[in-house]
Amino acid sequence: MSFSQQEIRNEFLKSKMGIAGIFILSTLIIISMVAIIAIPSETFSEWNNPSNWISYPKVAIPGWVNLFLIEKIPEHKIMNDPIKKMESSESVSTISHQFVFNFDYDDFPNDFIYEFSAEYAGSPLLEILVIRPDGVQLEILSTSLPNSDLITTHTERIFSTDELIKKKLFLQSEYFNFPVDNLSAEDIVFSKTDIHYPLKGNYVYMINLYGVNSQNQIPESKLIVGGKAFGIMGTDELRRDLAIGLLWGTPLALFIGIVVAIASVVMGLLYGVYAGYKGKKTDEVMMRFNDVIYALPALPFLIILSVTISNSIFVMIGFLTIFGWVGVAKVSRSMALQIKTRGYIDAAEMMGQRKSKIIIRHILPQLLPYAFASIAISVPAAITTEAGLSFLGLGDPSFPTWGQILHDANVYGAASRGLWWWILPPGIMIAITGLAFVFIGNALDVIVNPKLKR
Amino acid sequence: MFGVLMITLLLTISLVGSNMDTILKQGVVFQVRGEITADPSIANSFSSSEEFEEFVQNQIDQRIETLGLDEPWYSPQRIGLTMYKILLLDFGNATFLTSDSGSTDVREIILEKLPRTILLFTTATIIISVIGIFLGAFSGSKVGSVIDRITSSFAIISSSFPVWWIGMLMIFLFSFVYQIFPARATPSIPVSDPDYILSLLYHMTLPLITIVMIGFGAWAYLVRNFMVGIMQEDFITSKKVMGINRKKIIYKHALKNAAPPIVTILALSLSGSLGGAIITEAVFDWPGMGRLYFEAITVMDLPIIIGATYILTVFFLISIFIADLLYGYFDPRVRTGQ
Repeated sequence: MSFSQQEIRNEFLKSKMGIAGIFILSTLIIISMVAIIAIPSETFSEWNNPSNWISYPKVAIPGWVNLFLIEKIPEHKIMNDPIKKMESSESVSTISHQFVFNFDYDDFPNDFIYEFSAEYAGSPLLEILVIRPDGVQLEILSTSLPNSDLITTHTERIFSTDELIKKKLFLQSEYFNFPVDNLSAEDIVFSKTDIHYPLKGNYVYMINLYGVNSQNQIPESKLIVGGKAFGIMGTDELRRDLAIGLLWGTPLALFIGIVVAIASVVMGLLYGVYAGYKGKKTDEVMMRFNDVIYALPALPFLIILSVTISNSIFVMIGFLTIFGWVGVAKVSRSMALQIKTRGYIDAAEMMGQRKSKIIIRHILPQLLPYAFASIAISVPAAITTEAGLSFLGLGDPSFPTWGQILHDANVYGAASRGLWWWILPPGIMIAITGLAFVFIGNALDVIVNPKLKR
Repeated sequence: MFGVLMITLLLTISLVGSNMDTILKQGVVFQVRGEITADPSIANSFSSSEEFEEFVQNQIDQRIETLGLDEPWYSPQRIGLTMYKILLLDFGNATFLTSDSGSTDVREIILEKLPRTILLFTTATIIISVIGIFLGAFSGSKVGSVIDRITSSFAIISSSFPVWWIGMLMIFLFSFVYQIFPARATPSIPVSDPDYILSLLYHMTLPLITIVMIGFGAWAYLVRNFMVGIMQEDFITSKKVMGINRKKIIYKHALKNAAPPIVTILALSLSGSLGGAIITEAVFDWPGMGRLYFEAITVMDLPIIIGATYILTVFFLISIFIADLLYGYFDPRVRTGQ
């Protein structure tokens, strides 16, 4: 029942499963690194702040779906670096921002929003024009910004549902061969002139600010053409980019799983070995206590604890550990009982070594392979339990975990509405993470329990 | 075992006790204020508002005292009383939730929900264990065969998927893509309707399939591992040498020897499934104990939380006890005492 490190490593490298597990695990670790380095941590603390996601689309399908479709779904476009031009003559200064983009889809966009903040004095005129691929130039809006004598900053979001836009477009209905009165602004701007069907090609949005003051500026200027597809992973009902949630979920899940597994195995190991080595009354009492914890229904208790005490992720890790160490303690006790009878323990005792030293030096190293196997095996359980609690809505609201994404998906009925991109990826990530550790654990288990090998 | 039950109760009560007190006291205040505003003559009989306030406060204090709420919840007297009541299955009245028939008695609510949970999860566990035992015995006797490899890898893969996630996928597949089963597992027709049972069974199909699909792999793998160990024993080899039919060896001799641990795990998983039902029932909206528990937690309906935890623990302990008894029955070595 004893293994040298070398043996274990050799055996482990022989098993395909173990290598696959290590491979998946290292991929996940790389993803976590990327998440921690590439995505600023402010983003994840803003996860539950709706105003942070306001320029994103609602329940947008992942962008790559278009690759497999003949009829392309319009992609959501957020443009914030326009081509800037500035002209000023003696009396009038003109600032012009141009957004050029390619619209190559078979459906109309949801809407368009122009978001800007302007610094000006007086009452400048804001004009929005569209030059379409067929050469038609549509005036969308011309309005004057609120009057001010001193230089002020004015921030506004102009929506395509604006009444002024509607009126302006209605005045230009002679371009179109079909009635436009009941159509929304984006359905008119992006339509062919002869039939009501999206016109593909390069569109230019021109935003002009006319004023008498040459110091006028538009420091922030952002055009959003709302679509039904976005990013790599799509977005959810609350407009959140799921890719960010999934990326941030990876280090969190690994952290929760590994910390809980290590803590509970170490705790169980020490407890069990101490009980087994001491024997007699101590053993009896400690094992009874173990039985009590074992008989407590874990999930109901976890729920009560997280509701009444705290649902902070760190406290949750503690709770999960409390229910995790019991099994390990039982097994390591019985293993310690076996090892205790060996000659070298007797010898060490006779030499007068301290009991703590015997446990640490002579008994624990024997149990290490078993400990590693059980750490690997208990990681998935910890991850799924945490995901389950988050799924019930009891997770830590300040961290976006996979379980919480699924909770929101369930709350908004994603399954019965067919929003697969909201349900599949988090679950697959949970499963893959679990799988990595199960693979590693099983490969180790086969080495530790030779009976399973045949 | 009784001790464990008591400790569980004590823990539950101590976790929710302080909250329960606040809620009860608030309830008393509302009650008193309500009674006084309902009867204007009481308010008219006082000359100053301070006097009136004092009277109200007196009333509230009196009520709190008669209910025994003036002592803190952790005083031995009150805990003793609460535990004694719970032992007699008197859980009091629910604060918010009601049973389908409108009763607020916690016992009635639980009695209404419990059979449904048992119906779903016991059926699932039985199906899982039957499939699992036969598949496991079969693949355990032919280690390395295609079936063995498929079973093992399926077991490993399925054990890392959360059941509730598969549940969501199943809802997506079978009620959105192919509209065969309803997404919500609660039947829409009232309980009194004669078709209710049929409708319940129809709504049960989807959760049942999901639980079985995720569960049987792990079972088969477990049984397989026991079988692999037993098939290497000398007595099996000698039976083989004697020329006894291979099937007979597997199902009669080997499986019988693997029975004790299998039965233990069966009993544990039966009761464990009741606890694990919370999330699964939340996904499928199955009107059983799990969902009741979850709803009680979300609105902090404490009598129900305490009652449900108690019932779950009782079931768990009973099944541990039964498992112990069965172990003795199947494994004669344990029977001889000490």
